[in-house]
Amino acid sequence: MALAFDEMKGADGQVRPAYVELATWLGEVRPDVLDYRRREAELLFRRIGITFAVYGEAEAQERLIPFDVIPRILAAAEWDTLRRGLEQRVKTLNLYLKDIYGRREVLRAGIVPDDLVFQNPVFRPEMNGQKVPHDIYVHIAGIDIVRVDADTFYVLEDNARTPSGVSYMLENREIMLRLFPELFSRHRVAPVENYPDELLATLKSVAPDTAPGDPTVALLTPGVYNSAYYEHSFLADKLGIDLVEGSDLFVKSGIVYMRTTQGPKRVDVIYRRLDDDFLDPLEFRPDSALGVAGLMSAYQAGNVTLANAVGTGVADDKAIYSYMPEIVKFYLGEEPILKNVPTWRCREAEHLAYVLDHLDELVVKEVHGSGGYGMLIGPAADKAQIAAFRTKLKLDPKNFIAQPTLALSTCPTCVEAGVAPRHVDLRPFVLTGRDKIRIVPGGLTRVALKQGSLVVNSSQGGGTKDTWVLDR
Amino acid sequence: MLSRTADNLYWLARYVERAEYLARILETTQRLTALPLAYVGESNEWVTAVATAGCSNAFFAIHDEANEDTVTDFLAFSTANPSSIRSCFEAARHNARSVRTALTVEMWEAINGTWLELRRYGNQPASREELTRFLQWVQGSSLRFDGSAYRTMLRNDAYWFSRLGVYTERADNTARILDVKYHLLLPADEHVGGPLDYFQWSAILRSVSALTAYHWVYRESVKPWLIADLLILNEQMPRSLASCCENLEQNLDRIANAYGRQGPAQRQARTIRTRLKNSRMDDIFRGGLHEFIGSFIADNNRLGAAITQQYLS
Repeated sequence: MALAFDEMKGADGQVRPAYVELATWLGEVRPDVLDYRRREAELLFRRIGITFAVYGEAEAQERLIPFDVIPRILAAAEWDTLRRGLEQRVKTLNLYLKDIYGRREVLRAGIVPDDLVFQNPVFRPEMNGQKVPHDIYVHIAGIDIVRVDADTFYVLEDNARTPSGVSYMLENREIMLRLFPELFSRHRVAPVENYPDELLATLKSVAPDTAPGDPTVALLTPGVYNSAYYEHSFLADKLGIDLVEGSDLFVKSGIVYMRTTQGPKRVDVIYRRLDDDFLDPLEFRPDSALGVAGLMSAYQAGNVTLANAVGTGVADDKAIYSYMPEIVKFYLGEEPILKNVPTWRCREAEHLAYVLDHLDELVVKEVHGSGGYGMLIGPAADKAQIAAFRTKLKLDPKNFIAQPTLALSTCPTCVEAGVAPRHVDLRPFVLTGRDKIRIVPGGLTRVALKQGSLVVNSSQGGGTKDTWVLDR
Repeated sequence: MLSRTADNLYWLARYVERAEYLARILETTQRLTALPLAYVGESNEWVTAVATAGCSNAFFAIHDEANEDTVTDFLAFSTANPSSIRSCFEAARHNARSVRTALTVEMWEAINGTWLELRRYGNQPASREELTRFLQWVQGSSLRFDGSAYRTMLRNDAYWFSRLGVYTERADNTARILDVKYHLLLPADEHVGGPLDYFQWSAILRSVSALTAYHWVYRESVKPWLIADLLILNEQMPRSLASCCENLEQNLDRIANAYGRQGPAQRQARTIRTRLKNSRMDDIFRGGLHEFIGSFIADNNRLGAAITQQYLS
């Protein structure tokens, strides 16, 4: 594996321009001050109650995601490229979804193999020919970006279903502003605090035509046991909308209502943080107690907007991912601004042979997996793990893709022994409304706190950082 | 507001109020049982404590004997008892988390802080001193929560629903104490006890934190029928049935005004209040104190059901 690119020190060890002030500050600040602030930050997070539940860990039912107080900094020009690339990517996702559930030109042109769509468990036949308000499927996208050198950003994953993490972007900034005002005064950091307003404007803009002038928006959560529940309540609060559970809603004559202390109230837009499977027990999983019976019929009647739309999984699936560069070209006639990580599709015989020969140097992922579960990181695995994975792979090659082990860029991070470089990724959030695409400058930076680790997932011990986009 | 939000606020307040009440019962029982038998008689105060908490059946399904250890565990720490102090705080925090957006930061921090602190208390207090500290802490937590609600909440339906929870629970608690101890509160001529009961009487007052109030109101030594008067009819006494009903009626009226609509809950509250206002202690004793309290508890439960029906479901 190549030596990782450090975002502060660059390839040649020279501090890069965006980091000059931070490097100076890190040289001045006393270690005990840094440590004190770090503990203060943890206390703040704990008191506010920002916790994260980890599935399968009854003991640590509510855990804090570790927060690193050293910000990650992006220069204005870097962000500009990212922003344009993100817009292009999300525009494509929406066009692709409209096509898949409509005319299917992308399939007829042979860009994407049919079976990847029709045999995909997240493809929703219910959506065939269904018109969604303003042709927008993905209103809120979280695009995972990794960086490998000064100029190259890769899209690692598109999240077009119910991406989470934006509350950390906002809270991290809030806490940094409280703890390090002097550091802010030495930079010109673009604000992210308008995200809730942008989100609300986006959601209102996509209300169905039958909705009244000022549409009612609600956030649908699976409830307090969901790992992202804190975020759901945080966002509902910031948006000033009701946080509803399935049992708060009911459908009558094709209209969705919520039960209030003053009787039923019509709901026009639902920002749902509930997976497709659970939305409506009449259409999907009949055992779902989290959804709303009849919701799909109201949706199909065009009386309510679901954000994101139903069936978007067929756009962000890892199997589809590898075709994204061609998909971008197909719809927009443009070269992709953000590259894909080179990807081997194990469904193709040549690719599979290569992957089987190079398991010890590749990262192999399940096509439908998420959160860093069920993957093999070749260089970090022992012989037995590789052998076991080889068997799994041979049994069902279609279910896997492989990528080179990327040398993710690093950023200075507080660790036991002081400040040291750690690997990071970035999840910016892209909002698509009827009028325009909105992206607040920044996103959630996740950091692998263990030395050498490339796994940034919070469910596996990753932490977060504030992400600063410099205004100039 | 969402019915579920109102429901959560209502129950959040009830659970916190109940936790405080349980702490008071345990504290007074501890005091009573510390006295020599000659002062309090031979009745088993731990059995009484369980009855006053309204969970005799659940308790004796698990324990054969009511004594300091079993009752303290059951009422304070047990996870098997859904109404133990621990369970109340757990449920309160769970409700608070569900309606996080309807709470002020101060209220959330009060209840979340209580919950975090609760985990530091083990299941068995090492000593009576530690138990006393725990019970004091429970009451302090309830005061902090109630105070933060009073000082920081907007005066809108969210606040009124949480107040309804407080007063429904409080009315029920006071009525239960009266129900279990009514035989100690009969007028002098019917009274079967004797000087033994003095400490029982002050224990009743202490369990509703009214010992000092009693002396200010009546300027007399403790007389059982006056205790009954204080806890039932005196609207100045914050834990009396009359005061709870006054508050229930007022808060329901505020909701009705804001929503522009009266309903069964308002009518039921007004009926209960009117009945109390028109009652005199003499009549209550004549009709039977026990019967009076029994019918009050039933009325109060019906009011709770009417509130749920009208707003919370």
